[in-house]
Amino acid sequence: MDRIPILRMGQFLLVTIQVDMHDKLAMTLQDDLTARIVKDRAKGVLIDISALDIVDSFIGRMISNTAAMAKILDAKTVVVGMQPAVAITLVELGLTLEGVETALNVELGMKLLNRGGDTWI
Amino acid sequence: MNITQSLLPEAAVILPLKTDEDVVRLRKQVREELLALGFSLVDQTKMVTAASELARNTLRYGGGGEAHIETLQEDSRVGLALAFADNGPGIADIKLALTDGYTTGGGLGLGLSGAKRLVDTFEIDTALGEGTVVKITKWRRL
Repeated sequence: MDRIPILRMGQFLLVTIQVDMHDKLAMTLQDDLTARIVKDRAKGVLIDISALDIVDSFIGRMISNTAAMAKILDAKTVVVGMQPAVAITLVELGLTLEGVETALNVELGMKLLNRGGDTWI
Repeated sequence: MNITQSLLPEAAVILPLKTDEDVVRLRKQVREELLALGFSLVDQTKMVTAASELARNTLRYGGGGEAHIETLQEDSRVGLALAFADNGPGIADIKLALTDGYTTGGGLGLGLSGAKRLVDTFEIDTALGEGTVVKITKWRRL
């Protein structure tokens, strides 16, 4: 089965989702990310979804679950690059990404993580 | 219930929904059809998302089934109709199933209710032990 690669950038993990994932692939990613947070003692996870033209409730739940598990492991999760049409659809779908910060792109996402997740500054 | 009777009469495309990959293929097909019909990006996204939710329901709760895709034309307006059918256990309480957050499978419970919000028309035909058919339509906004 193919896997989505997870890159390490210092204390953070970066995942760029570039394929339309089938459910099993999404679940594998969730498991892989959790394992890597532990293994690398990561302080944060950046999930780049700029290539995703849809985020449905299954993927939404995968992201929320990942963030919840990361939090238990003392790591923050930032989702970056959400396409506007996706954001609009998520609101209408009634899906709130619990425990997930968002940023426009990877660079801003990294800044967010470096600041410990503060969104005020 | 004879599932085929409830489905779109002159469906242009019929896709199986038996595997995870089938759901991915369905999303792609629906996207292509909407693009060809000139739907706006936001409306495409909403319809594809609704299709994804319903296709998943067919697979996970319905034991697998199929999707029918049909282009609609009424006077000057165009649209797309999708039907999702399975011969699974059926839904006992539709009203309950359509409540945000209600799930029997550990999901978010937004599939049916969410899909309904994302489309123009939503019909569901189901009974315990008799399978389920969900039909949705969306019209192109000019």
